[in-house]
Amino acid sequence: MPDTPALELRDISKRFGARWAISRLSYRLPPGRSLLLTGHNGSGKTTLLRMISTATFPTHGNIELFGRETRAHRAELRPQVALLSHANFLYEDLTASQNLALAARLMGLDGVGPRVKELLERVGLSARAHNPVRQFSAGMRKRVAIARLLLKAPKLALLDEPFGELDPAGIAQMEGLIRELQAQGATVVLATHLIDQGLSLTQERLHLEQGRQEVPK
Amino acid sequence: MKPAGLLRGAWLVLKKDWQLEWRTRARLTATVFFSLSTLLLFSFAMGPNINVLREHAPGYLWLGILFASVLSLGESFRVESENQSLTGLLLAPVDARSIFLGKVLGNASLLFGLALVLLPVTVALYDVDLSRNPAALLLALALGCLGISAPGTVYSAMSSNARARDVMLPLLLFPVLVPMLLAAVSATKFALSKDVQEQLPSWLKLLTAFDLIYLSVGFLVFPRVVEDD
Repeated sequence: MPDTPALELRDISKRFGARWAISRLSYRLPPGRSLLLTGHNGSGKTTLLRMISTATFPTHGNIELFGRETRAHRAELRPQVALLSHANFLYEDLTASQNLALAARLMGLDGVGPRVKELLERVGLSARAHNPVRQFSAGMRKRVAIARLLLKAPKLALLDEPFGELDPAGIAQMEGLIRELQAQGATVVLATHLIDQGLSLTQERLHLEQGRQEVPK
Repeated sequence: MKPAGLLRGAWLVLKKDWQLEWRTRARLTATVFFSLSTLLLFSFAMGPNINVLREHAPGYLWLGILFASVLSLGESFRVESENQSLTGLLLAPVDARSIFLGKVLGNASLLFGLALVLLPVTVALYDVDLSRNPAALLLALALGCLGISAPGTVYSAMSSNARARDVMLPLLLFPVLVPMLLAAVSATKFALSKDVQEQLPSWLKLLTAFDLIYLSVGFLVFPRVVEDD
């Protein structure tokens, strides 16, 4: 349905032990729009992104992606959602190429070899394709993680601090990739402390303070 | 995009574990030296009576494998938690049951490789005769390694995020493995010595039954362990 939002949070809360990381949050992202998630460290941005990605689920309330509840429909939603997280999901002792090939095969993609090669070229790592990730700098690991995200061609891209650890050229490239994802019809949810950059890439904003929605100061 | 099915997913996880092991050889090296030391210490502790050593050799062999399995199983999930790679697998997406099957086979194949390395050492230290029923011996070792790996994979995943994971894993695992271990030791004993009453087939069947139970329970339980519901 054209009116179905890509993302809807329905009174969600998430508790870790005695602490509520997200508290009674409701939000609806209109179709065709991208979202900027802002807030101080520990405000709940990463937890919220992890819940949207189906890596974890709310303690109370529910999340709908494209009209489907995440907990019940995780198997069908996961191929459509990609998360770029602080943890890069990479195996340190596999090469960049092996990491991407593994992800591509798990996703069931065809033409794995050429696709991996193309993506490594795109993120500027083709010369280091056969080096173990353990030997990479933080910025290079981030680039491999970005290539992993692009493998999926997601309908919903969740980007947690995508500009962190990147050099200026990498940041410019990241901005280009976000615009490209949007041009391909993907919804982007972006969490960053670089507010101006984030605002230039998105149309909506959700500001969190201690797990609650607040008006940004 | 059509994600890999159950068996294809399991194969890819298994292949990935082999690739990681081949690159570092960390687990194999650690487990081989640890179990060699264990076998050597048992032989010192029991003294020079070769008849006693030969009689208890199957028990020592399995204890060597069991103790080494704790190192191997712990390492198996350490690599998954390093960059939250397990979450990456689940979101790729891979069915959690595929991860279970791939991990069990990866761990079992490593333990079986270890057992093959230990066999000549057992001959040298305990004077056992491997030529009596080699096929049954290999079958007993393979089934025993699978029997350790199935519950070991579940408990290793459970304890991987715990602060005292090195202590927790053997505490959880060893009590569950006692019946399987008794069957594995008996099957190995009758494969290495005279089996006058033809007890070997019964022990192998019992070992197979334990494996099926452990695999079925693990298959059902593992998704609950790794999915953050």
